[in-house]
Amino acid sequence: MKRVYVNEKWCLGCHLCEYNCAFANSGVDDMVKALKGKTIAPRIRVEESDSINFAVSCRHCDNPLCVKGCISGALSIQDGVISIDSDKCVGCYTCVLSCPYGCISTSEAGAVQKCELCTKNADGIPQCVAGCPNNAIVFEER
Amino acid sequence: MAIEYLYPQFEVLRNPDRCIACRVCERQCANEVHHFDTDLQKMVSDESKCVNCHRCVSLCPTRALKITKTNHQFRENANWTGEVIEEIYRQANSGGTLLSSMGNPKNYPIYWDKMLINASQVTNPSIDPLREPMEIRTFLGKKPTTIERDENGKIIPNLSPRLELDIPVMFSAMSYGSISYNAHESLARASKAMGTYYNTGEGGLHEDFYKWGDNTIVQVASGRFGVEKDYLDAGAAIEIKIGQGAKPGIGGHLPGTKVASDISRTRMIPEGTDAISPAPHHDIYSIEDLRQLVYSLKEATAYKKPVIVKISAVHNVAAIASGIARSGADIIAIDGYRGGTGAAPTRIRDNVGIPIALALASVDQRLREEGIRDNVSIVVGGSIRNSADIIKAIALGADAVYIATAALLSLGCHLCRTCQNGKCNWGIATQRPELVKRLNPDIGSERLINLLTAWGHEIREMMGGMGINSIEALRGNRLMLRGIGLNEKELEILGIKHAGE
Repeated sequence: MKRVYVNEKWCLGCHLCEYNCAFANSGVDDMVKALKGKTIAPRIRVEESDSINFAVSCRHCDNPLCVKGCISGALSIQDGVISIDSDKCVGCYTCVLSCPYGCISTSEAGAVQKCELCTKNADGIPQCVAGCPNNAIVFEER
Repeated sequence: MAIEYLYPQFEVLRNPDRCIACRVCERQCANEVHHFDTDLQKMVSDESKCVNCHRCVSLCPTRALKITKTNHQFRENANWTGEVIEEIYRQANSGGTLLSSMGNPKNYPIYWDKMLINASQVTNPSIDPLREPMEIRTFLGKKPTTIERDENGKIIPNLSPRLELDIPVMFSAMSYGSISYNAHESLARASKAMGTYYNTGEGGLHEDFYKWGDNTIVQVASGRFGVEKDYLDAGAAIEIKIGQGAKPGIGGHLPGTKVASDISRTRMIPEGTDAISPAPHHDIYSIEDLRQLVYSLKEATAYKKPVIVKISAVHNVAAIASGIARSGADIIAIDGYRGGTGAAPTRIRDNVGIPIALALASVDQRLREEGIRDNVSIVVGGSIRNSADIIKAIALGADAVYIATAALLSLGCHLCRTCQNGKCNWGIATQRPELVKRLNPDIGSERLINLLTAWGHEIREMMGGMGINSIEALRGNRLMLRGIGLNEKELEILGIKHAGE
């Protein structure tokens, strides 16, 4: 299955992936309209310290602790992609606590949000990857 | 407080309606032009630090930024222009030589743009390169003058060592030090993929790059940095650098601050020491001396590698080339006055040397007249900007061309001409690790490959238009060129007729 992978070696720490993620999942067709004056809540985050940067988003684990821990069945694996059904989510945050990568966060729209590889928005392909200026984030089979 | 004589050259224009304050401009500018003002809750810019490299413009996701030339001006004066005045202020302030980078930007004639290419009509029909084979493979080196046969009448292969190019374009010398590791890796990988060569410049060959040796020209310059047996053996050819188009007659100076561990190891000099290339080779004061170095290098590499001698295009270039053609060298590389550099004194870059088209025409003519043209191949560089320039250079007599500025442009260079500061935001002319990593060689090599592939298509297309299906038939074929807007003397030197003749 194709997943999003991050090459720390090429990450510039420009944070464009965060903005592309927030835009892609905003449902708005114009980036300025979608993001201007807002504090963004992207599903990918650049971790940085001194000269090291790398982006972190859901690994779509084969044996995901978040899915195991979900008490309402809101998280499920569909064709390898771990997705969230916000109608079922009861907001217990067990998944937030159990994800070892810190890739599930609270959301204004539903109870929690996570990377769903842009399968549920209009783009269809991961926009963090499409917008990365240095191939530091790739979408590939490994 | 000192008086600030210099007003910033550029203005950073930010469209506040578009800026989403994502701060990518701030994070990407090594010159620290942009920052987010937490009191004002918006991005602000200090244009005095801007070098107009467009990194922020290119990465801004909402196209909120653009850079313009300031319209602040001195009282108009055609003689004492703003640039002239500012240079005087700068020198009165520092007492130093003015430094610049990349090629001569002055408004001198561009001879490539004063020549037009022929095409076939009716007779000698044109050829469609998409349907018919079109040969642009090029061999560089001495051409044999006689055919020798053994007792059975079989031809004895007596060819001198040569370079085989799938496309008559090579990447010219840029040292590791002047450009980054990732820029070198991009050039090396593109050369291998395209069947051509890149050139180490005078900074030695990084140990990681020996694996691309078959596509590498190793340079021996006056500083002899990194030159040893393995280095000479690693390359496909050896280039003796006598001169560089951007700064004929002078040497080079890589400041000690740029001689970090990797570079010091590659150049084989202590870390942190200035790498100074003398103006002349201290063992070359005549053609005879040059011949000694040519043969020393050939001897050291068992006569298996062609030797290139690179000179800058200067006034008596034809006579110098004639000497080089007799020195045992296999290839002469000539670098015109538009050739780039990582740093050169401004006055030298802008005032010394001659246009490459004129130098090429006179060298080719002189070597033909003296019957020694086949002793050497001629490679020209110094602002080859596109495939039409290549066609024109080959029609004037070049065997192949060297490109460097065009190669760097395809890697992202925006010709801001501040390489000497070492803060290249595009990861090319810098050694700062956080900037070097901005150039991913996976992307860089692909862009170089794309450029050469595109030029290859265009070269074939133009050759087909002329009814020529082999680059050999174009070489020195000056009838394929006509001058436009040139005077009698210029036409005579170029050896071409005027348009309409």
